Amino acid sequence: MRRRRASDTAVVEPSSALEPSNAPEPDSAPEPRSVPAPRSRLLARDIGPLAALGLRSRPLRAVLSAAGVALGIATMVAVLGISSSSRAQLVAQIDALGTNLLTVTPGQSFSGQTVTLPAAAPAMVRRIGPVLAASAIGDVNANVYRSDRIPGANTEAITVYSADTSLLSTLQGHLARGRFLSAATVRYPAVVLGADAASALGVDRADGSVLVWLGHRWFSVVGILDRLPLAPELDRTALIGLPAARHLLHASGSPVQIYVRTNPASVAAVQSVLAATADPAAPQDVAIANPADALTARADASAAFQGLLLGLGAVALFVGGIGIANVMVIAVLERRAEIGLRRALGATRVHIGTQFVAEAALLAVAGGTAGAVLGGFTTTVYAAARHWNAVVPAPVLLAAVAIALALGAVAGLYPALRAARLPPAEALRII
Amino acid sequence: MTALGRALELADVTKEHPGAPPVVALRSVSLTVGEGELVAVVGPSGSGKSTLLAIAGTLERPTSGTVRVAGAAVEDLPDRGLSGIRGGRIGFVFQQFFLIPSLCALDNVACALLYRGIPAAERRRAAAEALERVGLAGRARHRPGELSGGECQRVAIARALAGKPAIILADEPTGSLDTATGRDILALLAALNADGATIVVVTHNPEIAEATPRTIRLRDGEIISDGRSA
Repeated sequence: MRRRRASDTAVVEPSSALEPSNAPEPDSAPEPRSVPAPRSRLLARDIGPLAALGLRSRPLRAVLSAAGVALGIATMVAVLGISSSSRAQLVAQIDALGTNLLTVTPGQSFSGQTVTLPAAAPAMVRRIGPVLAASAIGDVNANVYRSDRIPGANTEAITVYSADTSLLSTLQGHLARGRFLSAATVRYPAVVLGADAASALGVDRADGSVLVWLGHRWFSVVGILDRLPLAPELDRTALIGLPAARHLLHASGSPVQIYVRTNPASVAAVQSVLAATADPAAPQDVAIANPADALTARADASAAFQGLLLGLGAVALFVGGIGIANVMVIAVLERRAEIGLRRALGATRVHIGTQFVAEAALLAVAGGTAGAVLGGFTTTVYAAARHWNAVVPAPVLLAAVAIALALGAVAGLYPALRAARLPPAEALRII
Repeated sequence: MTALGRALELADVTKEHPGAPPVVALRSVSLTVGEGELVAVVGPSGSGKSTLLAIAGTLERPTSGTVRVAGAAVEDLPDRGLSGIRGGRIGFVFQQFFLIPSLCALDNVACALLYRGIPAAERRRAAAEALERVGLAGRARHRPGELSGGECQRVAIARALAGKPAIILADEPTGSLDTATGRDILALLAALNADGATIVVVTHNPEIAEATPRTIRLRDGEIISDGRSA
């Protein structure tokens, strides 16, 4: 039965064999002994539903206050996701282009004069075992203009070089229009324009019908290059055949840069002998570079921007945290009766505090999860618009939720303390 | 178990609310409620009824004097210990019911066992049993907003019962109800008492005082009479 003494009537004076002398009179002295008090206990698995209960009763308020955190987390996830995607894209691009392209450039001598490479350098480099291809561009002291009416100073910063016919395949570059220099065109006034040079000159046809004024001669445009990610310095150049440079423009055509494609397994080995091979007389003046390294460095450099945007996200997150603290303070004021009731039902101060911290944490985690999803979605959309593969690192998502959890717990701390310190009788307003 | 057959013992309890001059709410009050009693505490407002209830319910500490609930001395207990006594030994019924609006009747009643470390399924089972005792088994899934005032108070009484406390303290349980419903609630309390529950009702309603076997009258913080009807 529920009651131990179901048969007792209300008027019976309770007494017990253990306590024969004291009748329960109003003036009776209390016993010296005391039985131990029962302990309050809140199961860990009851905390979650308890936290959800508070939020469920005010759904709109919960959504609005979680939105602040969601925004902050979404910003941070999107910043990290987009920069990761961009980096992954760059790395994929570098991998596609190959990391086995090296450039040989005459550096500067100790006295600071410009040095050119020996004319035989490209041929010498080609003789290195693991070198698959080597193509040079040569010095042509001329400028290119859209027509002979353009003033000489308006060079559009386009440099004219002579180029080997193998250059495009060595760079694994592509043509936007027309064709590259070939054995058939190298002797004639034919020019291939880099992507930027073509747009600077306003040339969009490469069928040979467009003429440009190059070195005081008309040259016909036979090709326009796509951008060259591994040799961006060529995007603003006009390339002509070496024989044409020598015979038509009387240029030296001595190599100013050699692009070397090596066996991928022997890049380092080739790199170590390249300087001495290109200019045996003065190897210290030759600069060897791997353009893929430069691209990788560029990917790393974007981290500076990332820091700024992350800071912005952190500010949004902080404001979101303040919003949660605010809402929780209001909740504590509104739910005094509930707090009093729970205290009357046996909740300790710690239980009350735990409930409110858990509620704030749950609010923030809900916001954080929504933010992580939103940030991931933003990344996906942004990446899709740029034809990248979206990369949202899993640790970023986990960290986002963990940060939200910590934020919510901190934001809930003060309201929870206020709730816990509320005297039960005052909360119930029974006195 | 209820030690020594005493549900509640107050000895020489004085409560002063600080101020200038301090307000004395209770003056050297001693009383004992035995197991199975049904007691009404009556008096005009300001007589100290509510303070007495708060101290008996360990919601407040007395300025001086001793309190024992089911044999457990309250004085030296930390706040945590008081919570344990409230949760384990006392059932409260309030004038305003204090039901949680977003929970159904069953879950409201089950709250009584939340702070005892009892698993949810077991809490629900005990709650269903308590609801049946107050005649609301059919309304278990209704929320307080869907229940009448009398039904709400029945849910609150079921919540006070669910933990099988040593004593139920009811603060103006009929105060928010119309006369007829109030009588129903009173009849329910009497029936529960007849089944063995120890109940103290604090009220200013003389009708309740007449209906209970024992009536304690308070005035200005002092007991002026403690009588049992024949």
